[in-house]
Order: sequence, then C-alpha cells, then structure tokens
Amino acid sequence: MLRFIVRRLLQAIPTLLILSILVFAWLRSLPGGPAGALLGDKATPEKIANLNHILGLDQPIFVQYFKFLGRVLTGDFGNSLISTQPVIDEVLNFLPATIELSIAALIISVGLGIPLGYVAARFRGGILDNATIMATLVGVAVPVFFLGYLLQNSLAEPLGLPSAGRLSSGIDATTVTGFAVLDGILTQEWDVVWDALRHLVLPAITLATIPLAVITRITRASVLDVLNEDFIRTAESKGLRTQTIRRRHVLRNALLPVATTIGLQTGLLLGGAVLTERVFNIRGIGYLLAEGIERRDYPRLQALILLGALIYVLVNMLVDVSYGIIDPRVRVR
Amino acid sequence: MNTLLNKRKEPIDKLAATAGGRSLAGEAIRRMARNPVAITGAVITTLFVLLAIFAQLLAPKDPFDRALQGEVELGRGIIPGSMPGYPLGVDDFGRDFLSRLIVGAQQTLLVGVCATLIGVTIGMVIGVLAGAFGGWVDTVLMRFVDVLLSVPSLLLAISVAALFAKPNQWTVIIAVSIVSVPIFARLLRGAMLSQRDADHVLAATSLGVKRHTVVFRHMLPNSLGPVIVQATLTLATSIIEAAALSFLGLGDPDPSRAEWGLMLGKAARQFLDIRPELAYYPAIAIIIVALGFTLLGESMREALDPKNRR
Repeated sequence: MLRFIVRRLLQAIPTLLILSILVFAWLRSLPGGPAGALLGDKATPEKIANLNHILGLDQPIFVQYFKFLGRVLTGDFGNSLISTQPVIDEVLNFLPATIELSIAALIISVGLGIPLGYVAARFRGGILDNATIMATLVGVAVPVFFLGYLLQNSLAEPLGLPSAGRLSSGIDATTVTGFAVLDGILTQEWDVVWDALRHLVLPAITLATIPLAVITRITRASVLDVLNEDFIRTAESKGLRTQTIRRRHVLRNALLPVATTIGLQTGLLLGGAVLTERVFNIRGIGYLLAEGIERRDYPRLQALILLGALIYVLVNMLVDVSYGIIDPRVRVR
Repeated sequence: MNTLLNKRKEPIDKLAATAGGRSLAGEAIRRMARNPVAITGAVITTLFVLLAIFAQLLAPKDPFDRALQGEVELGRGIIPGSMPGYPLGVDDFGRDFLSRLIVGAQQTLLVGVCATLIGVTIGMVIGVLAGAFGGWVDTVLMRFVDVLLSVPSLLLAISVAALFAKPNQWTVIIAVSIVSVPIFARLLRGAMLSQRDADHVLAATSLGVKRHTVVFRHMLPNSLGPVIVQATLTLATSIIEAAALSFLGLGDPDPSRAEWGLMLGKAARQFLDIRPELAYYPAIAIIIVALGFTLLGESMREALDPKNRR
C-alpha cells in the first residue's frame, strides 16, 4: 500500500514540473514581457530594466527558469499590483472561503447525485429515469453565473436567504482558521455558524448543479454496467437477499468510477467557484481571480493558475490513492 | 496494393449487405431516427443553424442601428422594453434587441464551430501522432496533454485569454478551443491504440501497405465516431465557456458585436436590476442551443455504442 502511495506521489512530480515550465513560458509571453506585466501601468523603461535585472531576466534562459522555480517553491510570487500585498498572503487569506464553498457544493452534489443516479438506474426507462436524464442534460447547459443570478433574484427574498457575502454585517465572528462555519463551531458562536450556513445555501446550490449532473449520470451508467455483470447473476442465483446484493455487490462496485469522477469535479468546482463568487460577491479565490483579470494583475494570475493546477493534481492523486484502498485490483501492477 | 484490398473488400461488403448486415453508421442513423431525444436534438440544432445562416434576412431591423439611443437613460436606469416595432425592446445602445438576438445566432455559431474545429484539429494531430507512433513520441505528447488537463478548464481558458493584450473575438475562440485540445488528443490516441493490434490493421500492414496509408485510410476513419460525438458536445460547452469569459471581462469589447455569450455576460453584470430580460433572452437561447447539441451528441454516442447493437 505504502509503495502504491509513494509511486503515485512520484508520478505527480513530472506533471508539476512541466506545468511550471508552461507557466514560466506563459509569464514570458505576456504582453509587455514579464517585467512589463508585473509592473503594469507603472512601467517605465528604467523600471523595466531594473526589474529585469532583479528578476534575472538578463541572464540565460535556463538560469531564469531555475530562479523562477526557486521562487515558486518558496512561495514567492511577488506582490499584487492591486493591493501591493505579497500574492501568497492574499491567496492564503482568500482560499478558505473558496474551499468552504466547494465543499458545500460537493456535499450537495455527491449527497444527491449518487442516490438519484442509483434510483434512475434501478428504474431504467421509467418516468423517473427519463426525468433525471433530462434534468442532468439541462443542468449542464445552463451557464453557471446565469443560474447564480437567477437564484439570487428569484429565491433569496422569498426564502429569506442572504444573497451576497459570507456573513451578515451585524455578526461578530472570531477568525481562527478562516473557514466561517468551522470557526463558529470552534469558538462555539452558534449564531455565526447559522449565519454562515445560510449564506452558503444559494452559492452552494449554484456551484453544485454541474457536478451534480455529472455525478448523477456517471452513477447511473456505472450501476447499469454493474447490474449486467456476471457476479450479480451469480449472487442472485446463489439466492442472496436482494438487499444484500444491492448494498454489497452493486453499490460497492458501482461507486468506483464515481470516486474518480468526484476527483475530476474539483476542476469544475474551481472554475465554477470563480463565477459563483463573482455573482454572490464572496471574497474567495474566484474574487481574486476576477479582479486580477479585470486589472491585469499578472503576479496574482500566475499564482492562481499554479495553485489551481496544484490543488487539482493533489486532489486527483488523493482520489487515486483512495481508489487503491477501496479496490485492491488497482494496487497490483 | 490498396486497390487490390478494395477489390477484395467489395464482394465481402456485398455479401454483408445481402445477408442483412448493416454498417455501423447506417444502423446508428436508423436507430437515431427512432429516438425522440435524437430527433429533438437534431431539430433544435438544424433550426439554430438555419437561423444563423439566414440571420440577416430574418432580422426585422438593423441590429447595429442605434435608432432609439435617445430613449435610453442608463444613469437613471431606463432601457425601454417592448414597444410597437420592437417586440423585445432595445438594448443599452438603443438597438433592436430581437434583431440582435437573431444576428447573435450567427456569431454564436461561429464562435462554437471555430473553437471546436481548432480544438479537434490540434487534438487530432497530437492524438494521431501519439497513437500511431507510440514510444517516446507518445510519452512526451501525453505528458503535455496531462498537464493541460491538470489545469481546471476555465482557468486554462482564462490564462490563454490573458496572454492577449487586447481581447477580441478570436482571442476568445482560441482560449476556448485550447480547453478541448487535450480531450480530443486523448480520445484519438485511445482509438488509435485500440486499433494498432486489430485484425484489419494487421492485415493491411502484412500486405505491405505503407504506414501513413494504414493510419489515414484504416485507423483514422475507424476512430472518427467518438470524435464526432465529442465535437458535438464540445460545441455546446464552447458556447457556454465563451459566455463565461465574457462575463469575467475577457470577451470581445467591441460594443457592436452581437453574440449571445457577450450579450448575456454584459447584461448579467450591468442590467439585471434595470432590464433582466436582456440577460434572460440570450441565456435561454444559449441553454436551448447547448441542450440541442448535447442531446444530439449524447444520442449519437448511444447509437454508436456497439453494446447497444442488436
């Protein structure tokens, strides 16, 4: 098992290395070159020359790359052009809001998607099945940010839910970890927990739609595949109770592909979070990114792209490892 | 050598036809014609394409004419709604919104088709090279593809779009197309790999057919089914992703351009309190068209799946 995990960890290194080369190339091909992009509006020829020297851009390209790699590995992404704060501090301050939102969305999409997909598959061809398939197809076709605005404008008021931000202005919350709900629990400020949860409802539903649709469809397809397997027929002819077959044979085997899909959803969640946070005015990574795009804050964009890919690679690695734990067949080879 | 092969194939094909055997494509089309989902998808996409082609003829007014600009007072939150001759009202520049929606179909189709074509082409080159050659070519190319896949798609599109100092329609198209490159590359590689040891390839190779002929005549055509399916689905996601880029401010800043994603992105950001319909109409249009392509693609996938063959 340990060997499997280590091997999987080692496999991620080349991917991340190539990624760093691509981001390095990206930074160099930005309009105005890296120095111009980093300085933004304040760029003068002297400042550019000066920064070029500081960044070592007058040195051979390999030296430049390794210096860049060194800075990235030590978490030095430079200062944001907007806030003049170190980008890494900004990112770490804004990250909890995004993770909180993504986890809430993931809970909704997994909690609803797996049962829905399973039920749809069991009653294949029925009204429920067709309705589910149709709903998943529509779910993928709706632009995330539009759905967000739709929910915000139509549901927030009738349901009495807050439509923007993470906490109401009157609430005095103590910050421990930056995760509003978790902080509330840790400090036992239950009004904070309640308020934060209420703020999460609409954005989490918005963000959950596409992953929910994908997870539902994969679960359905996977359950259908498993139902056709020989071992299900064997189990049935052995005379096992239907309940036992469903729980132990169908569900367990069907959930393996679903686990992979959930890992792949992190990419969708990160992208969707950018749009959702923009709509609901949540100060998370997406907010940083959107602001960074609008004002062309390249140091910030560079950090966010690397971070986004890093999270994605790490989560998928974790999924692979857990896959190995669930299914011993994966470990062999 | 090829003609020899073809000559040998002919009688077999005839035999297959008389025996009631059907080609996979023929059977797939027949199966789709009986499937209401496929028909719905085909009807929506056909109508959309027709609307796009004949947009200029169908638009009741000039979509670029700022005829009612004087009626719009953005500062006071006034954008006139429905009125005689302007069933859907006007936009923030006083232009007929219905005409802009109709002409928008053209631009939207253009964005979707161009982005998909670029994605398919680059992805196909990578996939065919990797699948046909294998070895280190395969390793290097697939590492590259893995890295592209490891960046969340919207983030990838954003980073590509950010490379251009001034965004325009083509930067959006390029940014959106990059996202689908790794998907097509993987798809093609998989399809090629699965055929490398297949009997028909082995037969052609042992008859002395040149490698590129084997790849392009025998392997590639047999891999196209899934590519067409994926391309249909990609058309839908490309249109949606283009809308997301516009919403984030990376779209075409040219105010005369009528494209659904742009219209939706702009209206969602600026006019949702004043005139929400300005966002709803293009959004509904995008949803219907995306759904149409998705239905078509999914039913094609189902029809082509050999598991469903009877």
